Amino acid sequence: MVGKRDAAVQTKIPVFIQSGFHVNSNTPSDEYLIPLAVKWGALGALEGAQVTFPKPTTAKVGDEALSVFTGNIELTVNFKVAAKAPAGPGVASGTLSYQACNDRACFPPKKIELNIPYQVQ
Amino acid sequence: MSSQRLTALSATALLVGLFLVVGYFLQERTAGLQTVKAASVKPDKERHKAPEFTLKDADGKTVHLADYKGKVVLLDFWATWCPPCKLEIPWFIDIQRKNKDRGFEVLGVAMDDNGWEDVKPFLASMKVNYRVVVGDDEVTKAYGGVEDLPTTFLIDREGKIAAVHIGLASRKDFEDGVEELLRGNGATPVTAIPGAVPAAVMAAKW
Repeated sequence: MVGKRDAAVQTKIPVFIQSGFHVNSNTPSDEYLIPLAVKWGALGALEGAQVTFPKPTTAKVGDEALSVFTGNIELTVNFKVAAKAPAGPGVASGTLSYQACNDRACFPPKKIELNIPYQVQ
Repeated sequence: MSSQRLTALSATALLVGLFLVVGYFLQERTAGLQTVKAASVKPDKERHKAPEFTLKDADGKTVHLADYKGKVVLLDFWATWCPPCKLEIPWFIDIQRKNKDRGFEVLGVAMDDNGWEDVKPFLASMKVNYRVVVGDDEVTKAYGGVEDLPTTFLIDREGKIAAVHIGLASRKDFEDGVEELLRGNGATPVTAIPGAVPAAVMAAKW
């Protein structure tokens, strides 16, 4: 990801969910369910970091319809390069948290580190 | 432009790699699920002692598994964020209500990281009528590293594990397993009709 100072830049985070499993969407249907979420740590020369999630699908467990993601999805992240950012490389870091289930069982919440390299021109 | 693509690709490759690991983990767990039959009650000689634990219930009271000796126990590892667990809870409420007077108890072990903050309001909303404790790593390790939720153990009156359900099972599986354990396999005799007085007690009275 390359951008000039004060410019808007965008990156995609691909998420591959194993067949037969789902993760809760970013807007789960129940307050107790754990959403797919990105939490940013050090952004370096970048600002904003607004994440756009795809449209969720529905999975049913009993009579309950759950808002979930399945298969291959992409999260879109919009950054802005800081006006006074120094030229050169950097890394924006954060964590992606998720909680996965299949139709019979659920698995403990997990976190994955995100490291997005960038270059300020 | 090519350097932009290269940078973007390297970030993508890293993410893909991470998710493949996740996929691998999930596939392993599925394989585990497929090999576990809906639990039938094991013969007495194949049962092993259920690991002891000490945990706190919603009132802060200490709960030991040993407190339940002499009773059939349905020990349910679950979490508020687990829809299959939520699906089973009304069954357990019903099984508890029907069999409490026969020497049976459901004991829930909630595996929520936030503990009672999440568990208490959830229990209230579900009108849970059985005791629940908040679990920890020690208890899951003792029970074989419970990762798949729900995981439910049926424990006989001698404190031995008679059956294990990994993942969502059917209501009938639970009802049949509980009934079989309540009825026998060398266990302490119980009355089949709730509230009835056992013959031995009657004899002692007269």
